[in-house]
Amino acid sequence: MSIALLIEQILNGLQLGVMLFLMAAGLTLIFGVMGLINLAHGSLYMVGAFACAAVAAATGSFWIGLVASLVAAAAAGAIMEVTVIRRLYDRDHLDQVLATFALILIFSEGTRWLFGSFPLYLDIPPLLQGAVPLPGGGQYQLYRLAIIGVGIVVAVGLYFLISRTRLGMRIRAGESDREMIAALGVDIRTLYTVVFALGAALAGLAGALVGALQSVQVGMGEPALILAFVVIVIGGIGSIKGALFGAILVGVVDTMGRFLLPKALALMIPAAQAGPIGAALASMLIYIVMALILAFRPSGLFAAQS
Amino acid sequence: MKKIIAAGIFGLSLATSGLAYAEPVKIGVITTLSGGGAGLGVDMRDAFALAMKQSGNKDVELVIEDDAQKPEIAVQLAEKMIQSDKVDLLTGIIWSNLAMAVVPNAVAQDVIYLSPNAGPSALAGAKCSPNYFNVAYQNDNFHEAMGQYANKDYKKTFILAPNYPAGKDSLTGFKRYYKGELAGETYTQVGQTDYAAEIAQIRDSGADSVFFFLPGGMGISFMKQYAQSGVNIPVMGPGFSFDQDILPAVGDAALGVKNSASWSKDLDNEANKAFVEAFQAEYKRLPSVYAAQSWDTANLILSALGKASVKDKDAFRAALKAADFKSVRGDFTFNTNNHPVQNIYVREVVKEGDVLTNKIVATAFEKHGDAYAEQCKM
Repeated sequence: MSIALLIEQILNGLQLGVMLFLMAAGLTLIFGVMGLINLAHGSLYMVGAFACAAVAAATGSFWIGLVASLVAAAAAGAIMEVTVIRRLYDRDHLDQVLATFALILIFSEGTRWLFGSFPLYLDIPPLLQGAVPLPGGGQYQLYRLAIIGVGIVVAVGLYFLISRTRLGMRIRAGESDREMIAALGVDIRTLYTVVFALGAALAGLAGALVGALQSVQVGMGEPALILAFVVIVIGGIGSIKGALFGAILVGVVDTMGRFLLPKALALMIPAAQAGPIGAALASMLIYIVMALILAFRPSGLFAAQS
Repeated sequence: MKKIIAAGIFGLSLATSGLAYAEPVKIGVITTLSGGGAGLGVDMRDAFALAMKQSGNKDVELVIEDDAQKPEIAVQLAEKMIQSDKVDLLTGIIWSNLAMAVVPNAVAQDVIYLSPNAGPSALAGAKCSPNYFNVAYQNDNFHEAMGQYANKDYKKTFILAPNYPAGKDSLTGFKRYYKGELAGETYTQVGQTDYAAEIAQIRDSGADSVFFFLPGGMGISFMKQYAQSGVNIPVMGPGFSFDQDILPAVGDAALGVKNSASWSKDLDNEANKAFVEAFQAEYKRLPSVYAAQSWDTANLILSALGKASVKDKDAFRAALKAADFKSVRGDFTFNTNNHPVQNIYVREVVKEGDVLTNKIVATAFEKHGDAYAEQCKM
């Protein structure tokens, strides 16, 4: 195993973590501020990917598609909040899960109805094509580096938004005491819609960025959603900082597990068995990590005060 | 009096045998029409319906239902079709895990099942049944063909498949014929979307080629990421990841890739030309392997209906087994286990105008059966 391979795998883990962060940030924000479990967050990710693919195909520009994905996901999020989600804040979590699960089905079949059953094509923009050399003689895909960059920018941006702006102040206030901030005259309904649209836009951005790497198809959001839930549970529900650390932890552990576990097992048992067993163990690894963390810190690494 | 009755019965039996075509036949089609795998089911259904329409046979009634790619739904639909719709034949299932859930139960109730796709090894071997006809392939076939073809150019192949039964069958099939050394053997998660870690290992392994089986969206993701990774090792795989339903989403990244299948659009026979033309005219898109297999399934059924009544199971089974139809794949016969004996081709992804499609570059196997036929006792 060379140094270049190791560096490449660490970058891969980082990049996966950054993608998860974009999903998890919105999810944790919505849960923290509104106390809502939104299973349809993965659908917003899919909306972003489809919007980007459709607009990029029509205009020939990935960048216009990227903007379209933000707009489409934010709009879909806002409409979803006003029409359905708003009625769920006072209900218990089971009702929320049921209603947002119904939204997944509606979004999936609606997308299939609009775009058909076959996956769409979305390519990496020419500017970001190709690979760059790594120290140690390896190469790394430029587009993945760009995703890591976007993730860092979003993380810094969110930090400033939450800690330095009026909107951020209200979000924090909404997290700590919903009734009080409403009593102080803040328009809580609009605040909720804005937060929901913001979370949706981040999911849409993640969908568009990932869409260029993999297939844009119906149902692409659900696997990402499951990982995003793992991330926010590890990070502490409601905490953006927790989402960032959780996402990078999950990304790196998952990638390194897939890479190292079969190799480590091959030292002990025949290679033909090490492959499947290692792969099976690797797919469990992040859940094992989650269980361990929850055993010692039941409310996650950076729990927002409840 | 006796004579009159005897004459009447004789007349009636003449009438029924003469009218074998005219009695209503109900065919249950269980396939995937919603969710991520819907593209395959839609191609299957469209080709099947078109073949029936073209035959002009007004007596065939299709009962089409969506299994949503879920085994439990497929099982319920099969029960419903057998018990309340009283279908004469069942077909349509795309996925091996659904076929395993439905087929053994259906054939045990003496319902004839024809597989337009999916050929799990168990149903080809120990669990074979006279009521089960596979018109597509045994699961290992395409992978075996690629292993055979790889011997020509490659000595050190990196192989990759998802960690589930069909994935393991795939790599087993490849290794059954491949004689070179393996640079690595990796199992990925089912439904995995990011292959950066695997691609990094391929780069590091010193392989001279890569064989992968990643059906559906997994293959699209892998090919797109592979093309951008800067790794230049040639890739190959079974035709599933390079078929007409997937190529538009992969884009130029797939150009030049060798892949194996029992059918290609450019196969030179009359039945195939007519099929490709009719499918394109009706649906404004190119057909896939799934469509071709489904078309053959429909025509096999039609050929058998012309010979025997579907109510006379023994005669109908014999008529199916004769495989007396014009296959779009050219020569087609059934093996002792009711699985195909057919040619498997190596295709290359090419561009015709703006459209990505396949053309045949070699024949990996001629009249190829499967490795499980010997275990089938029927």
